[in-house]
Amino acid sequence: MSTIISDVIDHLAGIRPGSSLDRLRDQRPQARENAQKSYLALFEPEVPGNVTTLERFAIATFVAGLHRQPHVVGFYAASLQKLGHPRLTGMIEAEIVRGSAEGPYGRYPQGPLTVEDKEGPVYQVSASNRENLGFRLVAALEHAHLLVFHPRDASPAALQKLLDAGWSTTDIVTLSQLVAFLSFQIRVVVGLRALAGASAVETNDAEFVQIFTGVLASGTV
Amino acid sequence: MSETTLSYPKNREPAAFTQDELGWVPWLEPFPADQLTDRHWAGLVDASRAKSPYFLLLVRDPDILQARTKTDKDIFYNTSNGLPRAERELAATATSRHNGCIFCASVHSRFATQYSKRGVDIQRLLDEGAEAYIDPRWNAIINASVALADTPITFGDEQIEALRVAGLDDLEIVDVINGAAFFNWANRLMLSLGESTPSTKAQPA
Repeated sequence: MSTIISDVIDHLAGIRPGSSLDRLRDQRPQARENAQKSYLALFEPEVPGNVTTLERFAIATFVAGLHRQPHVVGFYAASLQKLGHPRLTGMIEAEIVRGSAEGPYGRYPQGPLTVEDKEGPVYQVSASNRENLGFRLVAALEHAHLLVFHPRDASPAALQKLLDAGWSTTDIVTLSQLVAFLSFQIRVVVGLRALAGASAVETNDAEFVQIFTGVLASGTV
Repeated sequence: MSETTLSYPKNREPAAFTQDELGWVPWLEPFPADQLTDRHWAGLVDASRAKSPYFLLLVRDPDILQARTKTDKDIFYNTSNGLPRAERELAATATSRHNGCIFCASVHSRFATQYSKRGVDIQRLLDEGAEAYIDPRWNAIINASVALADTPITFGDEQIEALRVAGLDDLEIVDVINGAAFFNWANRLMLSLGESTPSTKAQPA
């Protein structure tokens, strides 16, 4: 599937051409361009490999939901719904609620940092959704939750579960990149939105305030 | 499915944050170096990365690796304006410290020390964590990085205001956001696809 959005971070952060944040992002043109290329490589890959588009958007919707960023969830869920599985979107939404947690937590290798070990939930897909989601997606969602909230608990055993569920070594690299990339993308969006809000107040740039408020009100972000 | 994970029962995984050079070994089989195609080489960006098991594993999906690497380089190496390199590395170190990536923190704390010449302060961040009091400017950057690393993200007006009070302009704040956000990407790959080793072998770039 293709998108008409030329820059997903701009879209999600409500950055309009010519705005002060647009000019600031242009100071790091390679980072800006390649953040978008990263999105395309993961969600509209030229060489799709074995990870389906449906899997990619289902996992992305789940990861965005775990970050509790409704407009980002809406963006990925919209693509998921377009792929023709309305029940799947509902199941993912239920799993987002079930997977709710606060990170980072997890354990360090035994030693001086053990005092900093922090307990947290080990998420499992609900019994009622396991069959409908299938082995592959169940394993992917459980691994995504680990990566989002407690990556320092990662282990070869966690990767073995993915292999056992039918994810190849190369598929696991793609899955890991997808979840890790979203952890970046969502933070850039949240950070830039915070800066835009603060800039609007700080600089008293009336025009910018108006544009930004207009974007928010229009519900396009 | 014949693919399996790799394990290192004899490895003594480093258990403390350090500025020493550590190694890293993969839990999944890297792509065979002698079978790299042009697309793989493009994904590696720098040919020297073909010596690294970390990049040889990631190159199994070359397009995202290429875009990731170019994003990384511009965020950290494009220092014609904006935040000094030392403070971008500080954001990377603080993020890695908070997420618990001992390997990532070792690499970027060394860079932070190299560019700032403030190895003692960097070591305090590693030893004491993000609560270490260093100075208002560095603490604003550290606190912003930590708030951005939390899930759900706790970064907002308070962190922006603290960065402004500490003297950062908007471009410098964008550099903090980019640098800290990027390490939420890097930490998750490093932590979940392999483990650190005490030696300097298998050192990613």
